[in-house]
Amino acid sequence: MNKPIRTIAIVCMLMFLALMLNATYLQYYKAGALDKDPRNRRVIAAAFSRERGAILVGRDPVAQSVATDDQYKFQRTYSQPFKYAPLTGWFSYYSQTGIEQSQNDVLSGDDSLLFVTKLVDLLSNDSSKGGSVELTIDPAAQTAAYDGLRSLPGDVQGAVVALEPSTGKILAMVSLPTYDPNRLAEHDFSEAGKAYDELNANESQPLLNRAIQTRLPPGSTFKVVTAAAAIESGNYTADSMVPGGATYQLPLTSGDSGLIDNEGRDCGTSRIPFAQAMENSCNTTFAALANEVGADAMQKQAEAFGFNSRYLEDLGPQAESNFPTDMNEPETGQSGIGQFEVASTPLQMAMVVAGIANGGTVMRPYVVDEVQSPELDVLDKTEPSELSRAVSSSTASELTKLLVATVDDGTAYPAAIPGVVVAGKTGTAQSGIDNVPPYAWFVSFAPADDPQVAVAVMIQKADIPRGEIAGGQLGGPIAKAVMEAVIQ
Amino acid sequence: MAQNSGSFLGFVHRRRRGAELFLLVLALAVGIGAYAAVGIGVEGEVPADIIGYGGWLAVLVVGCHVVVRFVAPYADPVLLPVVAALNGLGLAVIHRLDLAYEAADKPHGFAQQQLIWMTLGVLLFVATLVLLRDHRVLQRFTYTSGLAAIVLLLLPMLPVIGSTINGARIWIHLGPFSFQPGEIAKVLLVIAFAGYLVLHRDALALAGRRVLFVDLPRGRDLGPILAMWLISLGILVFQRDLGSSLLFFGLFLIMLYVATERPGWLIVGGGLFLAGAFLAYKLFSHVAIRVDVWLQPFDYYDKRGDLSFQPVEAMFGMGWGGLIGRGFGDGSPDRVPYANSDFIVASIGEELGLTAVIAVVLLYGLIVERALRAALVCRDGFGKLVATGLAGVFTIQVFVVIGGVTRLIPLTGLTTPFLSYGGSSLVANWVIIALLLRISDQARRPIPDLSFGDENADVESTQVVKLP
Repeated sequence: MNKPIRTIAIVCMLMFLALMLNATYLQYYKAGALDKDPRNRRVIAAAFSRERGAILVGRDPVAQSVATDDQYKFQRTYSQPFKYAPLTGWFSYYSQTGIEQSQNDVLSGDDSLLFVTKLVDLLSNDSSKGGSVELTIDPAAQTAAYDGLRSLPGDVQGAVVALEPSTGKILAMVSLPTYDPNRLAEHDFSEAGKAYDELNANESQPLLNRAIQTRLPPGSTFKVVTAAAAIESGNYTADSMVPGGATYQLPLTSGDSGLIDNEGRDCGTSRIPFAQAMENSCNTTFAALANEVGADAMQKQAEAFGFNSRYLEDLGPQAESNFPTDMNEPETGQSGIGQFEVASTPLQMAMVVAGIANGGTVMRPYVVDEVQSPELDVLDKTEPSELSRAVSSSTASELTKLLVATVDDGTAYPAAIPGVVVAGKTGTAQSGIDNVPPYAWFVSFAPADDPQVAVAVMIQKADIPRGEIAGGQLGGPIAKAVMEAVIQ
Repeated sequence: MAQNSGSFLGFVHRRRRGAELFLLVLALAVGIGAYAAVGIGVEGEVPADIIGYGGWLAVLVVGCHVVVRFVAPYADPVLLPVVAALNGLGLAVIHRLDLAYEAADKPHGFAQQQLIWMTLGVLLFVATLVLLRDHRVLQRFTYTSGLAAIVLLLLPMLPVIGSTINGARIWIHLGPFSFQPGEIAKVLLVIAFAGYLVLHRDALALAGRRVLFVDLPRGRDLGPILAMWLISLGILVFQRDLGSSLLFFGLFLIMLYVATERPGWLIVGGGLFLAGAFLAYKLFSHVAIRVDVWLQPFDYYDKRGDLSFQPVEAMFGMGWGGLIGRGFGDGSPDRVPYANSDFIVASIGEELGLTAVIAVVLLYGLIVERALRAALVCRDGFGKLVATGLAGVFTIQVFVVIGGVTRLIPLTGLTTPFLSYGGSSLVANWVIIALLLRISDQARRPIPDLSFGDENADVESTQVVKLP
């Protein structure tokens, strides 16, 4: 009977070998993926009990861990919860969002940048601390944007984004309505869960970061892109004459449905100066220009500014701004005035003006400036990087002329700052949905000769009579306040 | 021949009792060290009762050693230390989970219970070794054992004392005690199978008709054992205990193969197993769900009834433990339901890491290796079969439960020998080790000197063939 016993011995050995290999697979190769699973409570609970790094704006923490005496040892607290919630996100037992999520490895201390710190902690038997993250946010600009947007009447839904054109640094990012992340970070999990359910069920979607997650038709602010495509085509400069007129019949259409007008603004007759068309936001001009350059050139220009792509790496999830492909002529005409299926996030429109302000080069936007060790040594600093060359520098300066004229003599006058040359453009986009009022937009940058800040303001909803909604009236003063905060 | 008739091919096994004692000291260091580590890790100090606890563990283990020294001096020296280490580690992990349960106001105190069961197990171990001086005696109880096994398996189906826990009706309650009779039944079944097969192995191996490529045995040779197999399998289908069902079938196959030396049995048995598994998958919804949960555990986690909560939590825990583990007190093994019984390997994986899981698997491998080695050197067929059967029980049980916990195979409920909390299992496994020691003692013992020093014995008119 010894032969079969030997066979059985080999089979048993193989079975034990399979167990050991499988355990190795599970605990070594697959461990990382298991730890990354957002439902893995062990990782979260461990992160909860650790001294998590701070999120800094300037030198002030907007999110930090404070020692408590309950079982989790540290309570995450947000010092300016409502103003910074869209950026910081929240850190709860169930989920994380915003910077808390995207920079989790650094904040929790797991990042390889913190390896030395971790090693020292291990040797000295200290519980390991997380690193800190310093944001690019300018607190004055953030406050100006937040206060400005909040001062609108009623329950405001909207967002403001400010960029530093030369680097892509996000100087301000505000979204309303907002929420209190402190309630979500509470250690009483049933309370935190209730707060989350409440916010999640809220119709006005306070958990949404509208600056990067809401796409809406940009309306007339998109005329900047159309103008860029027209000047890039080589047929126009800021001093050229462009098609004008009180109405424009979209190609291949007849009757009212294909008829574009200017809602009473003066757009001359057949040919008008480019500056006048921009100042008075002439729909007829830009619909005609869009058809002149064609759908492909329009799409190329929009994509050069960042449409149809994702580029924000340190905050998410980011909605992709949309410029439609394969349009026919009437659709192309509509897209030229930011209607049809054109949809943009406020960040995207800020990048359009920032690109123009930066001589045609769009910088990749970023919000994490520095990663610091618990001892506040700088471990990593984000280097600005080019995202694309959207237009040539000559086109950029032509566009700047047009936008300065729009502030000086046109619809964008509310953004004018005494003593500073400001470039800007208004927008009021039809929502295309019954009973939903139009969206007000405003984009601008300043000073036009040495741009330090580019702003986009988007107001999705505010308690304002429908007829009075205009990008310039609502968005202009907010953009002005933000620009002033940066320049001064 | 004349000088060395007591040896087998000129080789005499040494007793190696000193080696056993040395290994036992190491095993005790594992058990008591783990207990101290739990105290330091969870409560920040060495437990106050470490002297009493460690002393008691040492008394039990050294007691075993002394008994072995007297009644089974040639027994394998590795088995007892391995078992002592596993049992000690299991106790420490159960104690660690007790502390977690205590903090969460859940029922606790399993470690004390387990220590009492271990004491009982050791007493039965000693009793087995002392009372059973020759394992061949058991061959007399072939049919008695088979009958007893069937009765034990039927007991939980009785109305008053039987009870269903977690869908499996495998428990009996007598007053304050609950017991899984199946654990004892598996030892009895090994004896019954071995006793039967050793008598009928020639008939099973040689007689029969050849149908296609398979030699089928005569019905009358196979009848009783097939009937026994069917009955135990049937009972288990009704009791919904997949793990034991698999265990008994696998055990039966291994022993049949070893007894007959015909690999054809493995093919027939494997086919039967696959057919049975497929039928069970189709017929029983609880089997189908087990398989689905095995294939897509993450689809069932947090949703669809949370059916995979236990295995996924175990995987999260083991992944979290990584190579060297979180250390006692720094993981949360108590998140896994039944962390101290079926899923104790997940607790070990989380807090002691892959290193400890592999060490545990290797220890089980050692037990099986030593058991099969005893089977190889054993001089009688019955002993060979019993030792192989017991090794098979161990292998299948460890494979099914650790494989289930680590998602190598679908999850089926079985205890992890010597580690899991559970009295019936622990006691039964101590008896199994006693039987293995007894067989290895018999196998390694020098053959009594049969020669009279008379060169001319062959020419004598009366020849002594065998001494009693």
